[in-house]
Amino acid sequence: MSQEVRRETIKHVAWLARLELTEEEEELFTEQLGRVLDYFRSLDEVNTEGIEPTFHVLDVKNVFRDDVPREGLKVQDALLNVPELEGSFIKAPRLK
Amino acid sequence: MERLENLTAKEIARRVRDGDISAQEVLHYFYERIERIDGRINAFITVTKELALQMASQVDAKVRRGEDPGRLAGVPVAVKDNICVAYVRATCASRILENYVPPYDATVITRLKREGAVIIGKTNMDEFAMGSSTETSAFGPTRNPWDLERVPGGSSGGSAAALACAMSPLALGSDTGGSIRCPASFCGVVGLKPTYGSVSRYGLIAYACSLEQIGPMARTVDDCALLFSVIAGRDEHDSTSIPVEASFNIEGGLDLQGLRLAIPKELVGEGTHEGVAKTFFKAVEAFERGGATIEEVSMPSVNYALPAYYLIAVSEASSNLARYDGVRYGFSFKGDGNWSVLYAKTRAKGFGAEVKRRIILGSFALSAGYYNRYYLKALKVRTLVKRDFERVLKKYDALLAPTMPMPPFKIGERIKDPLSMYMVDVDTVPMNLAGVPALSIPCGFTEGLPVGLQIIGRFFGEELIFKLGAYFERETGLRMLKPQTW
Amino acid sequence: MTSLKTKLFCSCPSDYRGKAPNTVVCPTCLGLPGSLPVLNRRAVEEAVKVALALNCEIPRRTIFYRKNYYYPDMVKNFQISQYDYPIGVGGKISVKVNGGVKEVGIKRVHLEEDPGKLVYKGSIEESPYTLVDYNRAGIALLEIVTEPVIKSPREARLFLQKLQSILEHLGVSDSSLEGAMRCDANISIAGGARIEVKNISSFKEVEKALAYEIIRQRSLLRMGRTVERETRHWDEVRQVTASLRTKEEEMDYRYFPEPDLVPIELTEEFISSIKKAMPELPDARRERFMKVYGLNEYEAEVLVSEKSLADFYEETVKLHNNPGRVCHLIIDDLLGILNLKGLSISNSKAKPEHVAQVAGLLDNELISIKMAKYLLKKAVETGSYPEDILKAEGLKVITDKKRIENLVNQVFKEHPEDVEAAVKDDKVIHHLVGLVMKLTRGQADPALTYEYVKRRVNQLRKTKAT
Repeated sequence: MSQEVRRETIKHVAWLARLELTEEEEELFTEQLGRVLDYFRSLDEVNTEGIEPTFHVLDVKNVFRDDVPREGLKVQDALLNVPELEGSFIKAPRLK
Repeated sequence: MERLENLTAKEIARRVRDGDISAQEVLHYFYERIERIDGRINAFITVTKELALQMASQVDAKVRRGEDPGRLAGVPVAVKDNICVAYVRATCASRILENYVPPYDATVITRLKREGAVIIGKTNMDEFAMGSSTETSAFGPTRNPWDLERVPGGSSGGSAAALACAMSPLALGSDTGGSIRCPASFCGVVGLKPTYGSVSRYGLIAYACSLEQIGPMARTVDDCALLFSVIAGRDEHDSTSIPVEASFNIEGGLDLQGLRLAIPKELVGEGTHEGVAKTFFKAVEAFERGGATIEEVSMPSVNYALPAYYLIAVSEASSNLARYDGVRYGFSFKGDGNWSVLYAKTRAKGFGAEVKRRIILGSFALSAGYYNRYYLKALKVRTLVKRDFERVLKKYDALLAPTMPMPPFKIGERIKDPLSMYMVDVDTVPMNLAGVPALSIPCGFTEGLPVGLQIIGRFFGEELIFKLGAYFERETGLRMLKPQTW
Repeated sequence: MTSLKTKLFCSCPSDYRGKAPNTVVCPTCLGLPGSLPVLNRRAVEEAVKVALALNCEIPRRTIFYRKNYYYPDMVKNFQISQYDYPIGVGGKISVKVNGGVKEVGIKRVHLEEDPGKLVYKGSIEESPYTLVDYNRAGIALLEIVTEPVIKSPREARLFLQKLQSILEHLGVSDSSLEGAMRCDANISIAGGARIEVKNISSFKEVEKALAYEIIRQRSLLRMGRTVERETRHWDEVRQVTASLRTKEEEMDYRYFPEPDLVPIELTEEFISSIKKAMPELPDARRERFMKVYGLNEYEAEVLVSEKSLADFYEETVKLHNNPGRVCHLIIDDLLGILNLKGLSISNSKAKPEHVAQVAGLLDNELISIKMAKYLLKKAVETGSYPEDILKAEGLKVITDKKRIENLVNQVFKEHPEDVEAAVKDDKVIHHLVGLVMKLTRGQADPALTYEYVKRRVNQLRKTKAT
C-alpha cells in the first residue's frame, strides 16, 4: 500500500468515524497505523479454514427479562449532565 | 495508633466489626496517607471524601446498633475511574468525560456498599482503558511507587499504585487485555482477571465488551479472593453475566501433591527480558517443592493472540465510543456547524491520540470490504486460542507464565511508538481472548523492580488459582510489598 | 409492537406517548456510559408470532447486530438491530387486488430498537437547532420488509391494510396509537435507480408519497436527467419528498454482532407453543364469516379488513342473531355515517348494542329503513340508545290502527287528485303510503298503513263502480 493511498484511507476512515484530524495527526496516524496494520496482517498466515468465529467466549443463550415495567431515572438525573436544555428537551445542533 | 497500612483488608474489617476501631478512623488514616503521598504518585483522579465519610459513618452506626456491617466493613476501596459510582464524576481519564457524573451505581459498587466497603477515591487510568502504562491519561501519568521514573503499568495503573503505597488496602480495576495484571505485576501487588462473565459489567464504561471484566486488586491473595467474592455473581442487568460460586475459603491451604501445572512456552519466548525469565523460573520452583509437577506445553495460536486481540478490541471500541457526541453528557464543542461537523470537532478535542488511533483502526476493521479480512478473521483466530486453552487445561490443572515480558519501563519510553506499546500485552491478551481467569501475584524482583507471575485456570476455576497463589505467598513470604519510601 | 409493556432492552414503561420529554428513560435507553441491554422475552414471542402469521421460516438461532451510524436521536450512535439471522425470512401474505389475489412476498421480519424523537423549529432545513426527546428511544420495533413486487401506490396501500389487519388480529399492534406503524417505501421506475422514502406515518400518506415520487421521477427522466440512488424524506406538511442522503453519503453501517447480548435459540417446542396459541387471522376469519354467517365474500372481506370492525360485527350478532341484517346495517349504513364524520368504528360512540337494537326494530317492522339510518346516526353522534331516542323524541312507531286510519283519512282529504289516480291505478297506492309517511315523519307503520290505504282505495273503487 503506497503512502498516498494510506493517507486517503485514513482520511476516509476518520470521516467514517466522525473524527476531525489535523494535518499533523493525519500524517502521524498514517505512518503509525500503517505499521500497526502491517503487523495485524500477520493474521493472514493463520489457517482458519472451516473455523467458526467466536463472538462470545461463553456458550450462553436465551438471557431474557420479563415484560414488567420498572421506574427509570428521575428527570433531573436523566438531564444531570446535559449541556443544553430547552425545557426538558435536550438541545442538539441543527441537522443541515 | 497501629500502622493500619500493615493490616490486611480482612483484618481491618474484623476490627471494625468487633468495634476495636471505627470506620471513620480507618478512613482518616488512609486519607492522611493519600494527602501525604499522592502528590508524587498521581494515583487518584478524584478523592471521594464526602461519600466516603457518609459510608464510613453508616458502617459505624450499624456496628453501634449491633447490626452486621458486612464482610468489608469500613475497608477503603479505590475504584478505577471507568467504574460508575453514583453522583461521583467518572472521567475514564478523558477530557471528554472530565465532568461527567453518572446517576447510577455500577452493580459491583452496589455490592461493595452492601458489604460495608468505603469508596475512598477514583483512580487514574489510561484514557478509556486504552493503554498499558497509564500514560495516555488526560490527567497526567501515574508513577510507579518502586521507581518514580517508571510506569506503574496500565490501564489500571492508579489502582495498582494506590495499593503499592498502601494508600488503600483494596482496589477495583478492569482487565481487557491485561489492564489489571500488568499494573499488578509492575507494582508488586495482586490482581485477578476473572473468568469472563463472572463479574457484572453493568456500570463499567465500555471499551471492548467481549473481552473486559472488572476485577479485584489487593496486597494479598486472600484479600483479593475476599473482594472477588463480594463483587462476583450473576447480575440481571448484564446479559453476559453468569451465576458463579465465588465464596470459597482459601485459608485452608492446598495440597499440591499430584497437581499438574504447565508453562506455555510461547509465553516465555525470546522476547522475554532475561531478568524476568530468571526470576520467573526460580519462582515456580516453589510449586514443585510443594509436590506439583511442572511441564512445558505448546500453544501455537498464542503467537497470533496479540493482533487478534487488538483487532477485536479496537473494533468494539470504535462502536462503544461513538456515543460521546456532547449532546447528552460530556464535553461539547461550541461553534458554528451542523450536527456532523460539531460531532467530529467534539471528539477531536475531547479524545487523546491513542483513543483516536484505536477508533480509526476499529472503524477500518469493521468497514465494508474489510470486515471479513480483519474483524472476522480475528474472531476465527480467537476460536483457535480458546481451543488451545481448552486443550491444555484438560490435561493440566493450571498454567503458569510471567505476567509481563519485561520489568516496568521508563515513562515516555514506549508512548511515541504505539506498536511497541501494544507488544507489552503479549503475555496477557491470550487469556482475555479465551475468557479464562488469570491471577497475577508478585514473584520477585529484577534490578529492584517487581516481577509478576500469572496463574491461569479453567473457566470458573478461580478457587484453584487463588489457592495456588495463597500457597506461593506463604512459601515465599512475598505479600504486602511496599517500597520503603512510603 | 404496542402490546409490550416495556421497551425492548430495558424495563422502562412502553407508554411514552404524551409524557413530558425525557421522563421515561433509564441508563440503558439513554445510552449512558456503562449501561447494558437486556432483551424483553415477550418481544421475541410476539415477533415469532408475527413471523409465523406471515408464513415465514423461523431460524434455529437469531442474533442481534449493531448498526453503526450517527444521528442526534440515537443515544449510542448505534442501533441494536438484526442483520444476518433475523427472526423470520421468506414469508408471504395474500392481498385482494383488482378483483384478484396477489401474493406479496415477505423478505424478512426483524426486531430493533426505536430511536428518540426529533423536534424542529420549522422544517429540517431551516431549524437552527434540534430538540430531542428520548422517551421513545429503546421502544421495540418489528421491521417487516417485502419483496419488491408491489406495482402501484394503490397496491401498496392495500397491502399495508391487509398487513395491519393481520397485526391487529394478532394483538401485536394497536393502530389507533400514534406512530404505531411507520413506513419506508422504496420505489424505482424503469430507467431510474431505487429511491428510498423514509418517515411516512400512515397508509394514506404512503399512497400519496409514492404517487408524488412517481410523478417526480417521471418528470426527471422526461427532462433527460437521471434518477440516482438516493434516500429522501416525506414531508407530510408540504406533501413533498426532500433529499436526505445521496448515493455518495450512503452509510456504511459496519454491522457486527452485538457483544452485550447473547444469541437466542428458538426451539421446536417454543415455536409450536406459539403456533398453538395463535389467534384467528383475517383470512381464516373471513372464511368463517362466510360459512357461519352466510355472508358473501365481498361482505366478509370488508368486515375483516379491520379487526375492530369484525369484532363489532360479531358482538352485534351475539346480541341480535340476524347476521345478514346486521351486516347490511353496518356495511350499507353505519360505515357511511362514520366515513362522513371522519370517524372509525373504534373511536365513535356507537356500540354493538345500538346496532343490535336497530336491527331488532327493523326485523319486527317497528321502524322504517329511513328511521333506522336516523337512529344509527344519533347513536354515532351521541351514543344514545335507539329505544331511548324513540321514546324521547316521541318517535315511537305508530301501530295504533285507529291513529293510522285517522292519518290516512287526513291524507285522503288533503290529496283528492292522488286518491283518484290511485283508484284508477294500483301503483299510486304506494305514493299515498308515502304521503302518510311524510306526514308522520316516517313513523307510521308501513305495513299497516299500506293495508289500510289499500282497503280504502278498494272501497272507493267499489263505490265508484256502483
